[in-house]
Amino acid sequence: MKKRASKSMMPGRSLPKCPTGIQGLDEITSGGLPRGRPTLVCGGAGCGKTLMAAEFLVRGAVQYGEPGVMMAFEETEAELEANVASLGFDLSGLVRRKKIVFDYVHIEPGEIHESGEYDLEGLFVRLNYAIDSIGAKRVVLDTLEALFAGLKNEAVLRAELRRLFRWLKAKGVTAIITAERGREQLTRHGLEEYVSDCVILLDHRVNDQIATRHLRVVKYRGSAHGTNEFPFLIGDEGISVLPITSLALNHKVSSERIATGIPRLDAMLGGRGFFRGSSILLTGTPGTGKTIVAANFAQAACLRGERVLFFSFEESPNQIIRNVHSIGLRLEPLVNSGLLRFHSARPSLYGLEMHLATMFKEISVFKPAVVVMDPITSLIDAGTPSEGKGMVTRLIDYLKAGQVTSLFTSLTQGGHSLDQSEAAMSSLMDAWLLLQDYEGNGERNRVLYVLKARGMAHSNQIREFLISNRGIDLVDAYIGPSGVLTGSARAAQSAREKAEALASQQEAGRRKRELVRTRMALERQITSLRSEHDAGAEELRQIDEQVGTQTRLLSTERTELGRLRQADASVVARTSVASRNGRKH
Amino acid sequence: MKTAARKLRSLKSGVAADKPWHLRLYVMDETPKSLAAFMNLKRVCESRLKGHYRIKVIDLLKHPKLAKGDQILAIPTVVRMLPIPMRTVIGNLSDIDNVLVGLDLKAGD
Repeated sequence: MKKRASKSMMPGRSLPKCPTGIQGLDEITSGGLPRGRPTLVCGGAGCGKTLMAAEFLVRGAVQYGEPGVMMAFEETEAELEANVASLGFDLSGLVRRKKIVFDYVHIEPGEIHESGEYDLEGLFVRLNYAIDSIGAKRVVLDTLEALFAGLKNEAVLRAELRRLFRWLKAKGVTAIITAERGREQLTRHGLEEYVSDCVILLDHRVNDQIATRHLRVVKYRGSAHGTNEFPFLIGDEGISVLPITSLALNHKVSSERIATGIPRLDAMLGGRGFFRGSSILLTGTPGTGKTIVAANFAQAACLRGERVLFFSFEESPNQIIRNVHSIGLRLEPLVNSGLLRFHSARPSLYGLEMHLATMFKEISVFKPAVVVMDPITSLIDAGTPSEGKGMVTRLIDYLKAGQVTSLFTSLTQGGHSLDQSEAAMSSLMDAWLLLQDYEGNGERNRVLYVLKARGMAHSNQIREFLISNRGIDLVDAYIGPSGVLTGSARAAQSAREKAEALASQQEAGRRKRELVRTRMALERQITSLRSEHDAGAEELRQIDEQVGTQTRLLSTERTELGRLRQADASVVARTSVASRNGRKH
Repeated sequence: MKTAARKLRSLKSGVAADKPWHLRLYVMDETPKSLAAFMNLKRVCESRLKGHYRIKVIDLLKHPKLAKGDQILAIPTVVRMLPIPMRTVIGNLSDIDNVLVGLDLKAGD
């Protein structure tokens, strides 16, 4: 007791685990099954018990170098081999290379006659021999309950099973015991009574015509484990369990920004676009250009040399390529160069879990820097709302863990109220763009808002969203007295303003010309006045000259007369002046 | 036609008196259970098949490999190898009636 308590105090020295190698299961059980102990895997028919057990053995032999023993009570070696071959497991090869020993225990109900006491030492001998022959570390008993059909003496059988599990523990092998699901208990014959270390319950149920398998760790003595029901898949690479809650919120965060491919949109987002590794939601009513924005985003990433994975749930790749080509986006060379990859699947093709697993696989293989989901809503509609949100959460967690930038387009029904699924989804998103139809003036025009952009300054203005054959453009929308003006109203407003500007320009020109004309007239006046003035001055000069000449002539005459009369010189001079004055007036 | 007639005759006579019987007794070490099974089997055979039976005792402790071949689960187990078809009886064979039924020796009694 004391020892156990001290053990639980030291998490570092916890229970040794045996990794199953099954995708996701080791995550839920924090490391795998309890090493050296038996684990009970129970479930109804066709839920994958045998497959899980077989994968445990095969992965043990291939990945962890632990040989294993398969003791099958229901399937022969050939049958099981054929069944697991579809998952890519080469069972017969492993048997040949002595990595796995297969022992088929044939029990035909009613064929064995009982007489007196017996025990199951024969089974022990066979198991012991098989384990020792290859030094097995793992054992699968599938399905032990077949013994109950073959042997009548249940008291002996139960005692022997109890002994078998003790023996397996003593042998130190990690074992999986499969059992059929019972009506009121975990297993039909109450095997959980004997295997108490770890119990895993598998379940297969149909919801809305889509079947999903679930796994739950009912019990795991001495270890923490995820207690929820986890969906799991049987794909072409074996089982994968998809844990929802085991992912913690501790992603690395990048402050690098990436451009959207639409310069004006980048400008709205603080001038530099989105954060790398962020999740972006792009909602819009039908026909608002969601796919085009997504394609633009994809192209921009490809032109930066990044890989882009484009999941399309409504259109085929060729259709998208053709459609966006009409606006000048050429995606085909990007596809050919291997930077862009499309993955198209109808949402109703298979269940949500299968979609998710396929997407995870594609992402892990292609390792994209940007992932586009177009549209995520049609995928969510394939499941129940809670499943849908769970799926998006897991998807975002998965993408963020790998620093993959993701763009989800989402189709809304229009109007201002948002779908519930949308509101729920938006809380998971880092940025949210809204594309909307703006109706008015007998036309519909597209507008774009940035509803939120975590961690960056962003424009809260509406932009008109124009799609032309040259691509996307964002234009400032006019805010008029009757609201936002878009489309022809915006154009009309623009034209009106242009006309006004032109008119005022013309008016200014006219006034300028007028002034010039006035000035020129004045100048002309000045010139004529000046010439008049000049003419006056000339006349004056001429008069002066004339007078001078006359005076001179007169005086010459007087002098001449005086000389002739022999008058006094001074008297002559004075009279000549007086006579000139009198003549003038 | 011939075999059917013989089968009918053997059923009428109670045992396949003219045929050799090969029995295998699988045991695990010389435990009281194993010894009891051998004694009981011997007694049945002596009373019913005197002279034309053979019992081969296989100790799985020494030959564990042989358990797989005859689909042995329980110990002790008697396997009727001949005549065919193969029949299996498990236990220490203390219930003689069950042994007779199990080995198909009861017919004609």
